[in-house]
Amino acid sequence: MTREEVENGRDDMLIDGDEVEQRRLENAVPEGFNADYLKAYYGKIFPYVDMFKWMSYGNDGKHPGCDHSYFGRREFSFTLDNDIYLRFQSFNTVSELENAIKEKCPFKIDIGPVYSVDPSKRHAYSQGGDNVFMPVEKELVFDIDISDYDDARYCCSGADVCLECWPLMTIAIKVIDTSLRDDFGFSHILWVYSGRRGVHCWVCDGKARRLNNEQRAAIVDYFRVYKGNENNSKKVSLVGPALHPFLVRSYTEVLKDYFEKRLLSSQNLFLNEERFEKILEMIPDESVTSELRGRWLSNKRSREEINVARWDQLKNLLQSNKQKGQGLRRCIEEIVFTFTYPRLDMEVSKHMNHLLKAPFCVHPKTGRVCVPINPKNCEEFDPSAVPTLSQLLGELNTGGFKGEGDSEWDGTSLGDCVRYFRESFLQPLLKSCKEEIETSYNAKVQQSRNSISW
Amino acid sequence: MEVVRSQRKSLVSTGVGSTLPLYRSAPPLEVRLEDFELYAIDRLRVLKGISDALSRGKKPDEMEKLVLDLWKTNMRHQHSSELLNKDIISHFVLRLVYCRTEELRKWFLSIETTLFRYRFRDEPSEIQRALMAEFDLPYKAVTTAEYESVKEKLNQIARSIGQPITTDAIYYKVPFEEVPELVAGRRVFIQKGNAYIAMNQVVSLVITQFRSHLSKALVLTNRKWTSMIREQEKDRLVPIIEALSTSYLGPDYSQPREHAEISLKDIDQIAKSSFPLCMHHLFEKLREDHHLKHGGRMQLGLFLKGVGLKLDDALAFWRAEFSRKVGAERFDKEYAYSIRHNYGKEGKRTDYTPYSCQKIISSTPGVGDHHGCPYRHFSEENLRAALTRMRVGNPALEDVIDKVRNRHYQLACTLTFEAVHGSSCDAGVNHPNQYYNDSQRILESQEEV
Repeated sequence: MTREEVENGRDDMLIDGDEVEQRRLENAVPEGFNADYLKAYYGKIFPYVDMFKWMSYGNDGKHPGCDHSYFGRREFSFTLDNDIYLRFQSFNTVSELENAIKEKCPFKIDIGPVYSVDPSKRHAYSQGGDNVFMPVEKELVFDIDISDYDDARYCCSGADVCLECWPLMTIAIKVIDTSLRDDFGFSHILWVYSGRRGVHCWVCDGKARRLNNEQRAAIVDYFRVYKGNENNSKKVSLVGPALHPFLVRSYTEVLKDYFEKRLLSSQNLFLNEERFEKILEMIPDESVTSELRGRWLSNKRSREEINVARWDQLKNLLQSNKQKGQGLRRCIEEIVFTFTYPRLDMEVSKHMNHLLKAPFCVHPKTGRVCVPINPKNCEEFDPSAVPTLSQLLGELNTGGFKGEGDSEWDGTSLGDCVRYFRESFLQPLLKSCKEEIETSYNAKVQQSRNSISW
Repeated sequence: MEVVRSQRKSLVSTGVGSTLPLYRSAPPLEVRLEDFELYAIDRLRVLKGISDALSRGKKPDEMEKLVLDLWKTNMRHQHSSELLNKDIISHFVLRLVYCRTEELRKWFLSIETTLFRYRFRDEPSEIQRALMAEFDLPYKAVTTAEYESVKEKLNQIARSIGQPITTDAIYYKVPFEEVPELVAGRRVFIQKGNAYIAMNQVVSLVITQFRSHLSKALVLTNRKWTSMIREQEKDRLVPIIEALSTSYLGPDYSQPREHAEISLKDIDQIAKSSFPLCMHHLFEKLREDHHLKHGGRMQLGLFLKGVGLKLDDALAFWRAEFSRKVGAERFDKEYAYSIRHNYGKEGKRTDYTPYSCQKIISSTPGVGDHHGCPYRHFSEENLRAALTRMRVGNPALEDVIDKVRNRHYQLACTLTFEAVHGSSCDAGVNHPNQYYNDSQRILESQEEV
């Protein structure tokens, strides 16, 4: 199928334009994804050094506190062209990593934990029986897929995503990112477009990498509001006389506005009977629901602001119901949460040894690069504008029309992505890694001095 | 061995007498062989009672009463001076019993921790503080100035979990990693990595310490068991220990009943007649959608293994369904591995055991999931419909719903069993495979008649 697309992909590119546009056209590479494209990408564009620097966490330096075995104990795994899956790959240097990727040309690269010993030699250690081969560090990761929101969006379903439903991902980034920083105190957080239908999050602080599975599960549960499964209509349950400050903040700062100003209308949540019935189901009071139903059924004129009008009616009725109190007013929040609150793939985050696709991979189905997303302006992120493999190769052919940089990617539209990765994520991260290495080294030296003097 | 003695001394010297040991090391005591076994059996009764109550989804306040009652009933001793010794000895005997596999360690760790939690909460606050000191927890109470700066949030938390708001409450500030259960339940205020825990939540902090200590100790005990004890004690303690571990946990249903094998052509028939609702539902969904998500594949797949579906038949069964949705090729590539894995033919080659009711009830099915316990995870409306399809009529249906409302999920399942089979089920349902086996037994005896 991909090859077919390659042949058909030229049509939409015939646009008149200036000279640059003309040159772009001459060098344009047909849309698609294949091993040859990927080879060129891995050969010229993939940012090996940055990935190596990241995964080394300062341990590639000259400081005596550096652990030079660190990068080599990290598991990488490759999915090859023919669906062969190679697990427990490990590399000692950036050139080993680079050569292996160039040689094997993996369709997908996954990153696993740092183990107690080199994962490629795990069999040698397993003979001892004492289970010395085990994961010791791994970034805290989150995986959010738009396909888990199918009951909260009407524009697309499954793996499809458009600009109408992408705001759900924006909400997820805002809510989770704020909590990771303000509540949990993490600061080195990387958000990445997963290439097709969602986003990944990598929390890279030393403290986060060393969390055990129970602590990871606790953080995931802290974020978990959504309890629905296929056999229960009530998807979100907010119990107790007050909400936790984290939920209050998420609601007032993000969810409420996105629901009322964006999704309510863009998803047409109250458009017809089938849709508003789904919302009425969440209100456990027969008199309220039948009153609203009556009003809405008798007034079927489809107006532009029908969603807003119906939502306002629902809110007014629930809020005015003084004698029924808190329970009913809580329904408003439950409805907003149901349609906006982030839905995490919990299993991915709970276990240290779960693998997650590396940033800067290319998604085979879309041909788009898994680029970093800046959480500070994540509302501007447009998945349909993410550079594709063929676009990058085309730009490469055109040749550095943008400027003179140290790498080939600099002249492509991936340039800004790599620069963001470097300047906003990698540099601050490495700075605090160095400080951490320094501090723990000094503490160790101090300790050994003390023990000598005793 | 010195720790126990010095610990008791230190408690006495500060003027408080704690009856709650921390089990730091094995007691320097001589134990008579009968006591060794009897004490352990008494403690097992307590642990088993706690485990059953947890799987019924009891609320914390019900648990508190139940745990303390169980303790009082079973851990008596005619000489009150021996109470503490009985406590400590029985704990260490059961460590030996439950150190031997990952599964056993997990069970013991979770139940002993629950036991400790409620016993700790039952202690007066000066003893609680003394125990905290025993654990060497370095945390100081939050200063008044700092308290004022976060007071509003702390009160909001108190309201959200239904605690009374007090103005002079003592709070401790600890790294959030130290109180995972409070974080998971959103029962603390967290700011910049620190959790503010109230005095009555200190138990969570202590529990984390208790659990991590016991978890490490169990691994060490296991090493000692395999390297020394098993050989040295093979005539004396080993038979007692082996008897203890099997007599009380019940079978794990990893092997099908004797001579029980099912073939693919009968599977629809027996699904209808003998599957508990949780499995019947998964089975129907699989037939309908030709697909199940991971949790459902595990729950149903391992159950079918326990029922007696051989690996080759299992592969044929899953392939037949999945290939209609994702194609045979994708099935072979992406799904067949995990089925062989369940049968111990891939990966670390563990022969996985079918899920018990407790595990199924405590699972958390999400979007698109059909696994879990229908009595717990279905809405009442869906449950009624499902039960009606199983031909459970009134008044049995209302009884089942009543049990569900009181969160007695296994009792609800037991009542369903009785309604469907027209025969009593005295042991109650603890395991889907037990449900199946009992059902088959009844059907076979009816056939003979």
